[in-house]
Amino acid sequence: MTNRPNQTAGSANGKTLWKVIGASSLGTLIEWYDFYIFGSLALVISTKFFPPDNPTAAFLSTLATFAAGFVVRPFGALFFGRLGDLIGRKYTFLVTLLLMGLATCAIGLVPGYETIGFAAPVIVLILRLLQGLALGGEYGGAATYVAEHSEPDKRGFRTSWIQTTATFGLFISLAVIMLTKSSMSAEAFDDWGWRVPFLVSSVMVVVSYFIRRNMEESPLFKKAKAEGNTSSNPLKESFGKKYNFKFVLLALFGATMGQGVIWYTGQFYALSFLQNVCKVDFDQTNYIIGAALLAGTGFFVFFGWLSDRVGRKPIMLAGMLLAILTYRPIYDRIYQLTDPATKTELIEQQRTEGDTTVRVYDDGSVLTAVETAGTVKQSIHVGSGTFISLVWLVFIQVIYVTMVYGPIAAFLVEMFPVRIRYTSMSLPYHIGNGIFGGLLPAVATYLVNRAQTASAQPDAGWLSADKPYLAGLWYPIIIAGFSFVIGLLYLKRKNQDVQ
Amino acid sequence: MKTIKRALGILWIASGLAAGYYLIVSQAIPQFSSGRSEDLVPAIIYTFILMPIITGGLCIFGWYALRGEYDD
Repeated sequence: MTNRPNQTAGSANGKTLWKVIGASSLGTLIEWYDFYIFGSLALVISTKFFPPDNPTAAFLSTLATFAAGFVVRPFGALFFGRLGDLIGRKYTFLVTLLLMGLATCAIGLVPGYETIGFAAPVIVLILRLLQGLALGGEYGGAATYVAEHSEPDKRGFRTSWIQTTATFGLFISLAVIMLTKSSMSAEAFDDWGWRVPFLVSSVMVVVSYFIRRNMEESPLFKKAKAEGNTSSNPLKESFGKKYNFKFVLLALFGATMGQGVIWYTGQFYALSFLQNVCKVDFDQTNYIIGAALLAGTGFFVFFGWLSDRVGRKPIMLAGMLLAILTYRPIYDRIYQLTDPATKTELIEQQRTEGDTTVRVYDDGSVLTAVETAGTVKQSIHVGSGTFISLVWLVFIQVIYVTMVYGPIAAFLVEMFPVRIRYTSMSLPYHIGNGIFGGLLPAVATYLVNRAQTASAQPDAGWLSADKPYLAGLWYPIIIAGFSFVIGLLYLKRKNQDVQ
Repeated sequence: MKTIKRALGILWIASGLAAGYYLIVSQAIPQFSSGRSEDLVPAIIYTFILMPIITGGLCIFGWYALRGEYDD
């Protein structure tokens, strides 16, 4: 990788810069919010839009739709990245914002499977794909736009505000869902209330659109265009020429692939593990994740700022290494904390009403078991001490996320030249996050199920795992391990310039 | 360091090929032939998305490393 000459041509003054950061971050935040409410409401959506006779099949169908939303992101990166390098950053990320807003709002308006039959899941799938396309084009534009306005020695700090939006978007999506749920009965939420978070998006998108519409085009892009230095074929130049393509591959395998799995493990897999493996109460799980995200979000900015001083590479790699070494102990601890077998039951407080049995434990945890048609559905509401411990364990993972994710926008922007930056940085980012990261919940759940099934058989052989509930972690550990070694060996330590 | 970077190119190529074999032979083919509709989506993702990215990407990356493209 060559060092490019230092320049400050694109740097805006302080007030303008904060407007640029604010407008870019707000739009990206809304796009993440739109994207995550679908995942956060996956269980409800599965009962509304997919054939209800088999809940597992319905849930898997939703996960598949979720995966489709992720898999399509790289295609959005290619389509909108090309537009961004041809016509400009500003207009392109205005289009992605509107597309995302329309798709999200439409999901909230689609009639359910019981009303329009098989058309319902098909429409939802199409809208989900549109969301994925829009998100694929949004992030690269916002990161590039902010970076091209920033001073060279503060680029990590300035772009780290964009990095907070993904986590903050997830936090807001959980908050809006919880707020909606708490404002109505469970029946009303299940009937129509789940649509509210989707419809709320339309208001936020309109506000963000008008803020962004008044922004100026990126100064570096304007300069390149005025000088006739923009690319006429960004796709060919990005991926058809070895000089650039080798950096696209390096960005993917040495950074974004590992970053993607750590991001999704620390936030989504933690949520899924608490709900599906540990059987922690749905609302309480959201509070645990929400509290950890809120406490950890500021560290995106801290590590972005630190990356301007010590370099992007050491911080990102340290985050990957810590995650690789500590994921299994952390998740084992989460499991032990929520396992009723490790607690002492207060027998005198046990009560049974109809099909429901309630058990109370000495740490304040309450286990509710409901027997329906021969199957027992358990849910545990943990005591306050355990709750704090769980928040802390998720918070540690959020810190890893902030280490690998805080500096990465500046890192990616600095890898590629102005003329093809939007295209070149968007693709590895969305393959790393959308595909390697986005498929994590499905792959990890599959690994856990396989290990649990194998462990139950006497001749399981090597498939038998001592702690099958931890089997899902092999996916992020192996992927992040590859990324760590490649990043350590092949990435340059020194930060690059943007021109 | 340059020698290590180049030599590891072989490892990246081998890893790409091994991952491709695993995804297709151990995952996609059994799922395509299971006849269950819920297996179709993962099989398609393995075959047309993950395998080309991991196998193709790692093989090209390994080849570039082997050729010394990342020496500087």
